[in-house]
Amino acid sequence: MSGSKPLKKAPQKSTGLHVGDASPGVKKVDPILVADHVSRKFGGLVAVDVEHVEIPRGAITALIGPNGAGKTTLFNLLTGFDKPDTGTWSFSGKNLAGVPAHKVAQMGQVRTFQLTKALGLLTVLENMKLGAKDQTGESLFQSIFPFLWRKQEAEIEERALEILERFKLLKLKGDFAASLSGGQRKLLEMARALMSNPTLVMLDEPMAGVNPALTESLLEHILDLKTQGMTVLFVEHDMHMVRHIADWVIVMAEGRIIAEGPPEDVMKDEAVVDAYLGSHQDVDLGVVTGRITLPKGEK
Amino acid sequence: MKSATAEDPTFLAKAMKVFLIAVLALGGVLFAAPAIADSVGEDFENQVSGNVRNEGTPLSGVRIIIEGNGYSAETVTDGDGKWSIGVPEAGTYEITLVEDTLPDGIAVLEGGSTQTIEWGFTNSVVWNFFIGESERNPTSQLDQFFMRVFAGANFGLLLGLAAIGLSLVFGTTALPNFAHGEMVTMGALFTLFLTLAGVPLLLSFPIAVALSALFGWGLDAAVWAPLRARGVGIVQLMIVSIGLSLTFRYITQAFLGGGTEQLPGALGSPEIPIFRTVTLSVNDLVSMGVSLVVLVAFAFWLLRSKMGKATRAVSDNADLAAASGINVDQVIRVVWIMAGGLAGLAGILWAYFRPGLKWDMGEKILLFIFAAGVLGGLGTAFGAFVGAMIVGVLIETSAQFIPSDLKYVGALVVMIVILLFRPQGILGRRERIG
Amino acid sequence: MDIASIFVNTAQALFSPVTIAFALAALGLAIHFGFVGLLNFGIAGFMAVGAYGYAISTLTFGFPWWAAFLASMAASALFAVLLGIPTLQLRGDYLAIVTIAAAEIVRLLLLSTTWIETTGSADGLVAYANDFRSINPFPSGVYGLGPWSYTANQFWVLLFGLIILAVAAFLLWRLVRSPWGRVIKGIREDEDAVRALGKNVFAYKMQALVVGGIVAGLGGALYVLPSSANPMLFATSLTFFVWTALLLGGAATVFGPLLGAVIFWVLQAFLGSLLPAMAEAGLLGALSSAQAGALRFVLVGILLVVIVIVRPQGIVGDKRELTFVRK
Repeated sequence: MSGSKPLKKAPQKSTGLHVGDASPGVKKVDPILVADHVSRKFGGLVAVDVEHVEIPRGAITALIGPNGAGKTTLFNLLTGFDKPDTGTWSFSGKNLAGVPAHKVAQMGQVRTFQLTKALGLLTVLENMKLGAKDQTGESLFQSIFPFLWRKQEAEIEERALEILERFKLLKLKGDFAASLSGGQRKLLEMARALMSNPTLVMLDEPMAGVNPALTESLLEHILDLKTQGMTVLFVEHDMHMVRHIADWVIVMAEGRIIAEGPPEDVMKDEAVVDAYLGSHQDVDLGVVTGRITLPKGEK
Repeated sequence: MKSATAEDPTFLAKAMKVFLIAVLALGGVLFAAPAIADSVGEDFENQVSGNVRNEGTPLSGVRIIIEGNGYSAETVTDGDGKWSIGVPEAGTYEITLVEDTLPDGIAVLEGGSTQTIEWGFTNSVVWNFFIGESERNPTSQLDQFFMRVFAGANFGLLLGLAAIGLSLVFGTTALPNFAHGEMVTMGALFTLFLTLAGVPLLLSFPIAVALSALFGWGLDAAVWAPLRARGVGIVQLMIVSIGLSLTFRYITQAFLGGGTEQLPGALGSPEIPIFRTVTLSVNDLVSMGVSLVVLVAFAFWLLRSKMGKATRAVSDNADLAAASGINVDQVIRVVWIMAGGLAGLAGILWAYFRPGLKWDMGEKILLFIFAAGVLGGLGTAFGAFVGAMIVGVLIETSAQFIPSDLKYVGALVVMIVILLFRPQGILGRRERIG
Repeated sequence: MDIASIFVNTAQALFSPVTIAFALAALGLAIHFGFVGLLNFGIAGFMAVGAYGYAISTLTFGFPWWAAFLASMAASALFAVLLGIPTLQLRGDYLAIVTIAAAEIVRLLLLSTTWIETTGSADGLVAYANDFRSINPFPSGVYGLGPWSYTANQFWVLLFGLIILAVAAFLLWRLVRSPWGRVIKGIREDEDAVRALGKNVFAYKMQALVVGGIVAGLGGALYVLPSSANPMLFATSLTFFVWTALLLGGAATVFGPLLGAVIFWVLQAFLGSLLPAMAEAGLLGALSSAQAGALRFVLVGILLVVIVIVRPQGIVGDKRELTFVRK
């Protein structure tokens, strides 16, 4: 995907996010999410084994790594969609381990999915309204009395239309989400996630399957999130995107974090290059990730 | 629709789960009133009654159990020693006087504590046990237990024949076949028609099984394969199987009516003593023998033959099997043929076990076929066999400890518990999440 | 063939307490399956709980009619909760099996002689409707016109049932159009998406299970109110008839279950009169009239198969609203 149009204005990168040298698990000046000893095994396979990781607040962090590195699994664990074997983590100081997915979302940490989950049975506008928090009308007893929630519903609709406008989906508001194109559905999912005024937005491969013409638009929206004060964590394979908009990059391989840092530094990191390109071809990737310790003298 | 999350119910939910199971499992025992009405089933036309006396003195509180034809009821003698139990039809029933409820030193002197009721020309029959002072054989309870174990094994074996088919259909097509009960009924029905048409009994058995296998083939050819080709969803297929079950059940009722028919030789099979006072009828022995032979032969086919191995492959992982060059549709067709034949044979054995052929006889055991399959692990044939034996023996032996008309509840509770805690059953493999 | 009596029997099914009870059961199932997508194959169990809840609270505990109705609803709600807590997280096909088993357990428990003083076992329960009849505003006499003719008690049950049905349908209609209904619709399609938006999916499913269960339980109570309660009534076949009615009308709609129930019973009555008459007239070959009666259920089975394949959205449903149909 390199060679696509550059963004309208070069993004303002955040710097000074870390404390000390950039290395896996380095502390952040102002972390929004802190995780310790998170591990998850499937049968005998170690999917995730992260000692320590901190996500900086107000910045855009990219989570990259080869296929099978455990990125989506880590996502699922942190957002409550999967249960870890071990681990604790906190979000803005609040302990999240064991908290079910819907509560995590209510606390301000929203996520999107690799396979977009735009609800086709609902219209675009209904999708948006579903995303709003604390709706009186959603309670069983109160829902039967429209006068109790009509006002709030109008407010929610106003906000939804506003966001739809920003995402250039306003014209489609009455269409069933099923009739949207793949890229439009991605935008809808992102727009919907914003309805609850989240603090941390976690995007799982937002570029996957998106028409290159829409990539620029998506990137702008993600940058916009940061401008509005939200923290973004996204998983991606598109290095061009990562280099362009990420303030911080975390690299995973074989379930572990092998490198952290600003994009340019990380891209040059030997361990990262090995993980992707395998230049140490005679050596197991496990040596790089620390899974295997070689006897002294061997390389 | 399938959720990929591992959202854990709260502690309250877990506690309620355990509570629910405890209530269900113990409910029959804990809440069973010791004193039951002395007459039961007054509305039924057919009545069995009696008077329990020891040398002229009426004995109250003596427990009488009647079982047979898929019906069971019990009662307790009143102050005059009298009891009466109504039964739905004048069929074959076993009546048991529970000797433990007799006063000490009193026992049944002749005929044994469990006897078979014979009807006269009327709707009612009086059945009295000849009791008196006697050393009650303290091990008769144990013998009764053994009889139940054998009955359970017999039932379990025929259940296993049906459950294997159900399990393999589920394994290869992901369909829980709610019409399986009717496939069982068909075997008995075919046999009945063949014998009525004058075909010798021993010949009508294999022909009926073959017809049942043909029935299975027909179902796949006419219904399931075309629907699969159309990509019809699994929920729709489940509902189709329910529609088929209704259709065939009521076609059977149209032919048979509401009553019970007997296959030749079902009644009056001579009892053969096995050990101590445990006896088995010739029918029981033949039934178990046939089941075992067929099961072993089937196991051989499943393990050794090319088609059998292909079946196991498809049941394990259809996509992988297809990628290895196995013709999945052909395998599924064979599975349906086998399922039909095995279910048909199970139906014949079920008709001899109850004893009796009724239009809804298959439906009556459908849930236990499911229980067997679930317990063993849906998709594995061996699991179906193991599950069936456990379910069969569990049902029959549980009647020793809980009121006999609750014995079926136990098997259903076990099935629910398994689905909640270990849905892959005993021999199944846990599905990988995500 | 007596055309007139066939017509009368058929017309009577149009306004009969049984039809209304059935419509309530179908409405309850619509909430479970049509709106939330729960494969409840044990709706007969809910009906049994509602029916016996009413009868037992009247006969054993001496409740007045209004308390008995409340007790019936409470029993249905409790059954829904007990069933739901362990099973709502099960995947579809397992849920189907568990719900059939649960309904059968209820039936076996009611059939058992263990609690015969309370449940009546195989004989069932009778004479629990007296208090309900005592509030009948209609003096004794015959009501109705043409083919519809009811005693005062029958008319009262009919009217009462119609009122309950109207209220239930209206409430459901409101629910579906509300934000609660929006969440439910989302859950039906994709639970995880809705979870990611901060909604407690388990709680919503439980609420739907309870509401649907209460409605179906009321259906059960009305089913037995005119006559007697008996475990034989609540066999698995009843569940499958309710499913047929629901799918026929339109699973994911409010009006669909009502329409389906009416059509189902009218068809039953029609065929139940026509087929035996045809058999007697010799039009059905060697079939006796009793056998011909069984034929109508054969047709129900075939109808179910055809509907779910050819027109799964039913008469008034919208195919786009369905989640259980694969394209």
